Amino acid sequence: MGAQIYFEDVSEGMELPVEVRNPTPRQLVQYAGASGDFYEIHYDRNFAQSTGLKDIIIHGALKNAMLGAYVTGWAGPASELRRLTVQYRGMDYPDEPITAKGLVSRVYQEGQSNLVDCTIWLENPDGQQTTPGTATVHLPSRN
Amino acid sequence: MSTNSFTLTDEMREQSIGVESEPVSMAIEQGHVARFAEAIGDDNPAYTVGTPETGGIIAPPTFLRAMRGIRPELPFEAPFTRLLDGGSDWEYFGHVRPGDTITAVGRVEDIRERTGSIGQMLIATIKITYRNQHDAIVATQTSTSIRY
Repeated sequence: MGAQIYFEDVSEGMELPVEVRNPTPRQLVQYAGASGDFYEIHYDRNFAQSTGLKDIIIHGALKNAMLGAYVTGWAGPASELRRLTVQYRGMDYPDEPITAKGLVSRVYQEGQSNLVDCTIWLENPDGQQTTPGTATVHLPSRN
Repeated sequence: MSTNSFTLTDEMREQSIGVESEPVSMAIEQGHVARFAEAIGDDNPAYTVGTPETGGIIAPPTFLRAMRGIRPELPFEAPFTRLLDGGSDWEYFGHVRPGDTITAVGRVEDIRERTGSIGQMLIATIKITYRNQHDAIVATQTSTSIRY
């Protein structure tokens, strides 16, 4: 986790720090167990290839969770995640680096909330955005 | 594989929208929350020991994916065998904590037919509403499922 980000510290266009993850087949098995999603395309290479995939693929929901961890880790312990959207546009494979990136797209107040919208995404090693998304977080104020 | 014999009629669409799943309940366990956080590679202490800001242990944002089988049944047969998850839109209204019992109901919000690069597709928008034991909505998840 990073330090706390305050509402006064962010501005539109600001980039979130880039994070690189390296999911392994072991992590996909862990996620299968923890989530109960035992679809074989995520851990059985023969099965995955029999469906036309080149290899086992990362669960979409794990990529969703990775984006959630990315934005909440940036926003800090006193932030509150209000909304998280994700679209699965492409397959991602274990044992390849997956890069999380993001930028602040809107800074605004609504009622008592200091809200920040972020555009976030995961990129594969070819730089393609396989998993675009958005997040809305409430940030604490310095005042 | 897809066939071209399927047509989604207005009547089928009208009969589908609003169909709800049976409610599914799950007791939230501390060990399960910790295992889920480890599996997603998130070392935020809020999920294992709790923080002053969260007032104890909370579950990660997508933990509720661990509730399985929340499927509204479509009131017609469709000749598609493959299923793709198109994405999710989560809204959060409160924390989920160990000791809570969460009850989820899925509802068909929309259903449509399209032909794309993978052939004919049936695209359903399903909204799952998650309530805690106090009947407070803690989250909603609107997801897109693609049958083809």
